[in-house]
Amino acid sequence: MTTVERPGVVEGTTGRFETVIGLEVHCELSSATKLFCGCPNAFGAEPNTNVCPVCLGLPGSLPVLNERAVELAMRIGAALGCEIRPSVFHRKNYFYPDMPKDYQVSQYDEPINVDGSLELPDGTRVGIVRAHIEEDTGKTTHVGATGRIHGADYSLVDYNRAGVPLVEIVSAPDLRTSDQARAYVAELRALLVATGASDGRMEEGSMRVDANVSVRPVGSEAFGTRCEIKNLNSLRSLGRAIEHEAVRQVAVVEAGGRVVQETRHFDEESGRTSSMRSKEEAEDYRYFQEPDLVPLRPSASWVGEVRAGLPMLPAERRRRLLTLVDGEPEAGGAGTASQVATVVDLGLDELVVAAVAAGAPVRVALARSANEAAQRPDQARLVDPAAFAALCRLEAGGTVSATQAKQVLAELLEHGGDPAEIARGLGFEALGDEALSSVVDEVVAANPGEWERFVAGEEKVAQFLLGQVMRATKGRANGKVVAAALEARRGGAA
Amino acid sequence: MAGDTPGRLTREEVGHVAHLARLELTEDELERFARQLSAVLGHAEALRGLDVSALAPTSHPLELENVLRPDTVRAGLTREEALAAAPATESGCFVVPRILGEAP
Repeated sequence: MTTVERPGVVEGTTGRFETVIGLEVHCELSSATKLFCGCPNAFGAEPNTNVCPVCLGLPGSLPVLNERAVELAMRIGAALGCEIRPSVFHRKNYFYPDMPKDYQVSQYDEPINVDGSLELPDGTRVGIVRAHIEEDTGKTTHVGATGRIHGADYSLVDYNRAGVPLVEIVSAPDLRTSDQARAYVAELRALLVATGASDGRMEEGSMRVDANVSVRPVGSEAFGTRCEIKNLNSLRSLGRAIEHEAVRQVAVVEAGGRVVQETRHFDEESGRTSSMRSKEEAEDYRYFQEPDLVPLRPSASWVGEVRAGLPMLPAERRRRLLTLVDGEPEAGGAGTASQVATVVDLGLDELVVAAVAAGAPVRVALARSANEAAQRPDQARLVDPAAFAALCRLEAGGTVSATQAKQVLAELLEHGGDPAEIARGLGFEALGDEALSSVVDEVVAANPGEWERFVAGEEKVAQFLLGQVMRATKGRANGKVVAAALEARRGGAA
Repeated sequence: MAGDTPGRLTREEVGHVAHLARLELTEDELERFARQLSAVLGHAEALRGLDVSALAPTSHPLELENVLRPDTVRAGLTREEALAAAPATESGCFVVPRILGEAP
């Protein structure tokens, strides 16, 4: 029985196999218009309302490259640390009604971005082979009993999406587990959103993932034959498809067969992949240079502007928080890395950094952001950092307990205001010095024997007295403050 | 794509290219086009004899680069205009015959 022992390693009947994964991610750029014409680049419009002679491939129409799309593509390249190069466009020829021209304009052997890398939250650095510009295709809907390709009577085509600018980002085969593959896509998505190049919405199809998967015996250096899996519409599908495909390939190899290099389709319902095209129709796109477009050679100053204009990227933002953690002795420990990742992912890192600058302890600011503020990130991004810092100080100083701090924070996110006042309003505020002093008086009067022993230097009685004060105040007193008050009184009595 | 002998195309290669272009050729046509296309390739073969080591490859016959347009929306066609020449339409879409297989 072939089983996945842990993600990425398949325990076969003859030995253990490693999964090797490379991903191709298509993302739609957030330009106002299409790549080669002035039609709106918009999701969800009525069918065939954002079309013109260029994107319909009507005879005599000519494409003109969108400057903004080039700039966004360069931003992606810059954010991935790519070399940004002179490039040309090619025609990828094929017959399929999603492209009315019968070719897709893409970049082939001279892409705009090459040789970059993406750093994952766990520190893994994944190579980026290339990130090139191409146009998206139209949308086909299959009409018939099943609503799917097989058994359809005919198909409907909407060309609103045809010609929308895409960047295809091709990773090196550096990923080894489905978890890593998911982390890569999530990180790439965060980067695309941070740079403003794409909205990264997988559910709207503005970010689409194909996975190249192969297997090889653990310890082997040579790559196995890969299959390309399409139709991965979510991170969950990506993970399931990779794990299923690895097990399938190991079974083929162990049965003495050979994995055939082919494109496979992932079926959400069955969780299986199946072959999409027969070997006889191997891909042959007859690429040739697009004669209607001239070479693209971004000037050094344009490339420089794009690189200089990049915002701080997720990996750098995580490092900034980790530097704060390192600077505070009480911070850090188990869970910190995941708190940092969550906070950056939700765009709450600015809040944490500003709150720490305003005097909040890093440990508390991070915990409240990653746990409670994370439940309402939209509100949390708008909260006054000074108020958030004040709340963190109330918690750290013991004025309110952690449980109380969470309730104050909920109120602060909802209505704003001064955390100390909110705490008072909720009846959370710790005792004032005077009130505490009178409670200590009562405890000393009620326990004269214990007090004598404490004054005489018997330290273990301190805990008892502290407990009595805490009980008398129903937990509203701060333990550290009580201990200090008892100590001060002993100093006066001796 | 070219056969072992530079400039010589086989009938099978012509058949393959014809299939990719969705052209149906008869046996006679395969023979004739193999001969004609081979002659074309033979002409191009003459270029191989030239020393072009000092020349940068030409990407485009026009000496232009970076022809760009601003990212500004321009009115295109109305849906009625877009669909006017379609043999069949439904729900604002072009109707096409049953598709065999997924998109490339």
